[in-house]
Amino acid sequence: MDPSPTPLDLLIDLLSIVCILAGCLMSLAAAIGLLRFPDLLSRMHAATKPQVLGLLLLLTAVGLQLRSWAVVPVLLVAWIFQLLTVPVAAHMVGRAGYRTRHVHRELLTVDELDEVVQSAARGETPDGRPE
Amino acid sequence: MTGAHAVLVAVGVILTLAAGGTIYRIAVGPSLLDRVLAADVLLAVLGAALATEMAVNRHLDNLVLLIAVSVIGFIGSVAVARFVSDRRG
Repeated sequence: MDPSPTPLDLLIDLLSIVCILAGCLMSLAAAIGLLRFPDLLSRMHAATKPQVLGLLLLLTAVGLQLRSWAVVPVLLVAWIFQLLTVPVAAHMVGRAGYRTRHVHRELLTVDELDEVVQSAARGETPDGRPE
Repeated sequence: MTGAHAVLVAVGVILTLAAGGTIYRIAVGPSLLDRVLAADVLLAVLGAALATEMAVNRHLDNLVLLIAVSVIGFIGSVAVARFVSDRRG
């Protein structure tokens, strides 16, 4: 802490406290979602919150507390890296869940992949022409 | 410094509850993919703790560890998902 904090310092501190608490509450929300949601796909929906928005809020708090523009690119690279890897991992987990019948079909509103799989099994392209 | 300490205590309580919930989901499953997903969230909770420590103590020492943790989570999820789909086709 500076010896005599200015009003701007207090405002930045308050803003970073809000960011930290909101970012950590994302983790708690994900844990509650993991415990209460019924199947894999809805749990995946809950799991993305701390990975993307939670990390963004916490890195914003780090940037605010360091009070330096030089750290912003570094923090941005860390966040963009997470933004690139999380969808790939989620895609792989969702694909494996679909293939190993872990998806509860009665909870789905639309299953667009089923149509494609059925037509591929009949040896056609999805619009009905033979392959 | 009491303000910073209060924030640290609040964050500690929140993240402990979150980690407890994910560890419970890892323990009960029911499927391997649920456990992988919960392990990924547990790594995100760890990352949140590291980032909070950086913000409160005003340094960037943990940033490399934060990125390493997210790389490990990514590789772990992809590897296990690949393994599951190969085994049961």
